[in-house]
Amino acid sequence: MLGGRAIKPVLDVTDLRTVFHTQDGTVHAVNGISFYLEEGELLSVVGESGSGKSVTMMSLLKLLPIPPAEIVAGTVEFDGNDLLKLEPEALRQVRGGDIGFIFQDPMTSLNPVFKVGFQIMEPLKEHLGLSEKEARKRAVELLELVGIPSASDRLDDYPHQFSGGMRQRVMIAIALACDPKILIADEPTTALDVTIQAQIIELVKKLRQKLGMAIVWITHDLGVAAGISDRIMVMYAGFVVEHAKVKDLYKRPLHPYTRALLATLPTDDEEGEDRLKSISGLPPALHEYPNSCPFAPRCEHAFDRCQKENPLLMEMGDGHQVACWWDVEKGAPR
Amino acid sequence: MTKHDQVLVKAQNVKVHFPIHKGILRRQVGSVKAVDGLNFEIRKGETLGLVGESGCGKSTAGRAMLRLYELTEGQLDFEGVDIASLDPKALREIRPRMQMIFQDPQACLNPRMTVGSIIAEPLDEHTNLSTEEKREKVKSLLDAVGMNRDFVNRYPHEFSGGQRQRIGIARALALDPDFIVCDEPIAALDVSIQAQVVNLLQDIQERMGLTYLFISHDLSMVRHIADRVAVMYLGKIVELADKRDLYKTPKHPYTQALLSAVPVPNPEVEAKREHIVLQGDVPSPANPPKGCNFCTRCPVAIDRCRVEEPELRELNKGQFVACHLAE
Repeated sequence: MLGGRAIKPVLDVTDLRTVFHTQDGTVHAVNGISFYLEEGELLSVVGESGSGKSVTMMSLLKLLPIPPAEIVAGTVEFDGNDLLKLEPEALRQVRGGDIGFIFQDPMTSLNPVFKVGFQIMEPLKEHLGLSEKEARKRAVELLELVGIPSASDRLDDYPHQFSGGMRQRVMIAIALACDPKILIADEPTTALDVTIQAQIIELVKKLRQKLGMAIVWITHDLGVAAGISDRIMVMYAGFVVEHAKVKDLYKRPLHPYTRALLATLPTDDEEGEDRLKSISGLPPALHEYPNSCPFAPRCEHAFDRCQKENPLLMEMGDGHQVACWWDVEKGAPR
Repeated sequence: MTKHDQVLVKAQNVKVHFPIHKGILRRQVGSVKAVDGLNFEIRKGETLGLVGESGCGKSTAGRAMLRLYELTEGQLDFEGVDIASLDPKALREIRPRMQMIFQDPQACLNPRMTVGSIIAEPLDEHTNLSTEEKREKVKSLLDAVGMNRDFVNRYPHEFSGGQRQRIGIARALALDPDFIVCDEPIAALDVSIQAQVVNLLQDIQERMGLTYLFISHDLSMVRHIADRVAVMYLGKIVELADKRDLYKTPKHPYTQALLSAVPVPNPEVEAKREHIVLQGDVPSPANPPKGCNFCTRCPVAIDRCRVEEPELRELNKGQFVACHLAE
């Protein structure tokens, strides 16, 4: 996808397409997404709800209910294999093993009837073949790693005995259990308070330095993404509309959608404008593969070409890519 | 803020405690001190922001302002009338003047009622308008919140989150209130839609001269919409000030930590910023710590903080802080 990459990426996704077969017809949720992940880097995926961020990441590991979901095309190269072609048993080894997953809501993704210790030890026994005793020892280490005080006592607690932030730490501990090469975090701090969010972000930064894994961080918060990412991918209606290094994206946003998202945030300065900029309308649910730009109905720059042709990602130099027919910097069509 | 002088709502030592019952005899063994002694004023036409982490009692405080909870203690003046001690009949008279907008637009609209009947319900209860007049009123309310008039006969599930929130706002406006408590009205919405709803709230405030208590955990949005901001921690207000002062020179260590935890959407600024990361979680309001509520997490706590509870005192003009160390 990008020229001049020195190292072979740990994860290389090409032209991933996922659809949902529903009663109202087929919904195109992921429409030909390609991205890569290099060792130790953090890629943020940003977009509104319904833009296909989570579905994309869940498609990688076939974590979606199939049917109604169907992955119709694409390759996911990881460790010399195409994950989409793996046998179910082999895929199971990757899930929670080499690729860890943190879900948005720690309340619903931990099983309320099992002790936290059991839930951390399960992948250790399953993937690494540790004995009960070894697994327990490792589980204590993991809880200490994610900063849970008096870890050995808390193994025998149930999820409801933990607070929201602590539960999210437990989720992180489970995801980290088998030393994953990749960690996929799906809005890990959205359900948390800002002060707890700050704790979790600090923790993830620390763990990344210590363990050196690559992270995909799904978020809709451009503030959070600014602080932690190396690169950012902006998604809309199942397409990547902009992809850039974090500094470039904030300094020089090229897609009208990215610009609009940044503009909706309230500004810091006191004399800021009285009204917030908003994006009118809603993101579409694509029942057909689009022939026009899916953002065109909400875009202030849309012109006739946008109605006829869906722009694909174009290289703008230094890895900055954008899918738009309008050159916002020149204020003219490309 | 000279334009807001008249006090509309005045809370004095407002407490809401929820009893905890245990054992076979359901004896009361303690209480959750959700709101524990609030003192503040809301002036006519202003927006008072109320911020804090989840569980700090801000929603309870908001509901208490409308007497949706009975106060355990304290006095609550609405234009000089103490509504905490009003009898039900008199309270009902005054209710139309204070309304609420809820957090979850999915849960606060009855799925079996049409949009028209949802918005007309307060009119049915509190006015003697004819059916025709009501229909007109509902239509004008839909106009006011920027929704299509033809939606009256549709059901809530046909709308998106942002539109549902607009329906909730229309219902709150039905009786021409003076005071609206907005309880996290944008928390459940997408970023792009949040801006629309906030703009709408500001427009109708200007047009109808409303007074808002705007409860939120989103500090940057509160900074945008509020005139003054109160920060709550564990049932108490720890700092209350004009928003300029609060955001520029926060005095309470909790406010400082809260503000530093808000990520800035600018990678270069974010890389250089010093974050105060608070350790641990909020203690249980059933068993708050002795002395200052915040002493268990405070980075600068001294011995005095663990013994003596700080009063909310006026540090500079209009800036109130409850901390022994603030100066």
